[in-house]
Amino acid sequence: MNRLIFFLLSLAFLPIVSFAQSPEEKGLEIAKEVNRRDDGFHDYSAELTMTLRNKQGEESTRIIRNSTLEVPGDGDKSLIIFENPKDVKGTAFLSFTHKVENDDQWLFLPALKRVKRINSSNKSGSFMGSEFAYEDITSQEVEKFTYRWIKDDLLDGKTAFLVERDPVDPNSGYTRQEVWYDQKEYIPLKIVFYDRKNALLKTLTYTDYKQYLGQYWRADRMEMLNHQTGKSSTLSWKNYQFKTGLSDQDFNKNSLKRAR
Amino acid sequence: MNPTLKKGGRGDLSCLFPVLLLITFFFQPSTVIAAEWSGRFSAEGRLFWNDAIHPGQREQQASIVAQPEYYHAWEKSSFTAVPFFRLDSADAERTHLDIREFFFLWYPGAFDMGIGIRKVFWGVTESQHLVDIINQTDLVEFPDGEEKLGQPMINLSILRDWGTLDFFLLPYFRERTFPGRKGRLRNALVIDPDQARFESGAKQHRLDAAIRYAKTLGDWDLAFSHFQGTGREPTFLLGSDASGNPVLIPFYEQIGQTGLELQGVADAWLWKLEAIHRSGQGQSFEAWTGGFEYTFTGLFETQMDLGVISEWLHDTRGHRATTPFEDDLMFGLRLAINDMASTELLIGIIQDLDQASRVFSIEGKRRITDHWKLELEGNVFMQQTANSLFYDLRDDDFLQLSLSYYF
Repeated sequence: MNRLIFFLLSLAFLPIVSFAQSPEEKGLEIAKEVNRRDDGFHDYSAELTMTLRNKQGEESTRIIRNSTLEVPGDGDKSLIIFENPKDVKGTAFLSFTHKVENDDQWLFLPALKRVKRINSSNKSGSFMGSEFAYEDITSQEVEKFTYRWIKDDLLDGKTAFLVERDPVDPNSGYTRQEVWYDQKEYIPLKIVFYDRKNALLKTLTYTDYKQYLGQYWRADRMEMLNHQTGKSSTLSWKNYQFKTGLSDQDFNKNSLKRAR
Repeated sequence: MNPTLKKGGRGDLSCLFPVLLLITFFFQPSTVIAAEWSGRFSAEGRLFWNDAIHPGQREQQASIVAQPEYYHAWEKSSFTAVPFFRLDSADAERTHLDIREFFFLWYPGAFDMGIGIRKVFWGVTESQHLVDIINQTDLVEFPDGEEKLGQPMINLSILRDWGTLDFFLLPYFRERTFPGRKGRLRNALVIDPDQARFESGAKQHRLDAAIRYAKTLGDWDLAFSHFQGTGREPTFLLGSDASGNPVLIPFYEQIGQTGLELQGVADAWLWKLEAIHRSGQGQSFEAWTGGFEYTFTGLFETQMDLGVISEWLHDTRGHRATTPFEDDLMFGLRLAINDMASTELLIGIIQDLDQASRVFSIEGKRRITDHWKLELEGNVFMQQTANSLFYDLRDDDFLQLSLSYYF
């Protein structure tokens, strides 16, 4: 009898045991779902205006164009072309992100017609003097972090998963990031960055999301505030175009040299 | 007629224009994607703090530069035109006109085909550019020789999984420019380009050719190249000008030059090597530049990046080398402030390993507004002994300040 009760009790607990995930597993599952829902976009291009603001409120504007190609089974290929300020017009940045290995990056300097390889440890470095680091704007591959679900949270009236993710690469400028993902659409709403000393560094807020091709969500506005310096940068995206027919041939050193 | 403008006309490229217009006409694709003007105007002042030592030299120098650019793009092709003009207060040879670019580019996908006047850069190192040979050096522009003259060419670039293969046909030779009698930064004997001599009977019209294979293998970028034709770097013959003054006459030999470029990236390290083998200029020789660049990202918990660069420059000709860098060590620091003004500073020193002579260089730039930019450049030639190729420049230490308007 006792054995039967024990057996029934075990059965009763079985589903709980098998469905109970560790916070790490749940965090990873959320990240994978975020990635899965953005799969298959193939390519897109967009125009960006980046506004840099210092503590005194002085502003400076950069205009860039970006095109990105999805590489199945690996990271993305992306080309960034500078339009403004005028002295850097024609400067172009080519990057191949990878899931595990270091990203490959090249910079084209139009005055010298020179293609320069950029070392991969610059990922924590500032992108064009902004509060965005290179690692904030390149593709966010699942494998680049380890995850831990913290709790379900409410952010501006939206139910969100709060997930901590820790960069795998020791060259990252962060010990950890706290990401709020929208529970319905699995898109990031906010990221809080902690520096190498685990002190609060920056907050990135995604707003004005639009959906493209009935699937892919992109935020028109990304606001990065540096809590330590008081400086901030805003990225405004416009003219998003998906599946424009880009291919590998648009992402090599020759296309980098002729990019305009 | 102003002799300088005539000199600018030496590279008589006007014959190419109808050909290009014809090509542009035949390829005339339907949709115009972009048609735009951009470019820069600059005002430059050079400050020399030592008195000039060669007869006829002016003490100071100022100039203005115009370099507009026209760009027109269709679906899979483009046309680019970049004229260049400098007006110099002191040196008539430095007042010159050039067509930096005037070419049509067709890029259907599997290859790029470029026809016209272009600039092509090969190389990976910082202290000198040994492998870079397609374009002639516009030496009157700056003593480091990084400014280049436009080169007429037909270039076919084939892109495949196994790498990129480039073929170049170079139908017209551009002679190197040199500072004139009144200019600073010149040899004790003035170089007279009007008397230039060529090993080839076809002179500037000999057809030169080059081929280059490049491949990225993971963390390594690798390239092999070969150039066959009129050497860009002349040797000099002693002669005299019309008034009987001794001058140096450039002599352009037929050379073959094989080049290797290798660059590897490992975290914060960039490893670089350029090597050449050249024949046809006296005894064959090899030369190489190799070294590293290490970058400290986010220096002292700021947004600043600091790069530390060191390179070894060697030429197997030793003291017979036609460049000053027969056995030298370069050390440099590159500081990027990463502020709104994109302030950058590069300082470097090239020390001769066999004697005391060394060259110090500085380059700084800072944006003022979206259109205006300030740049500072300078060289100091230190401890130059009589057998150094920089000996004639020993009192030409200078700082150059330029203000540019970009549009």
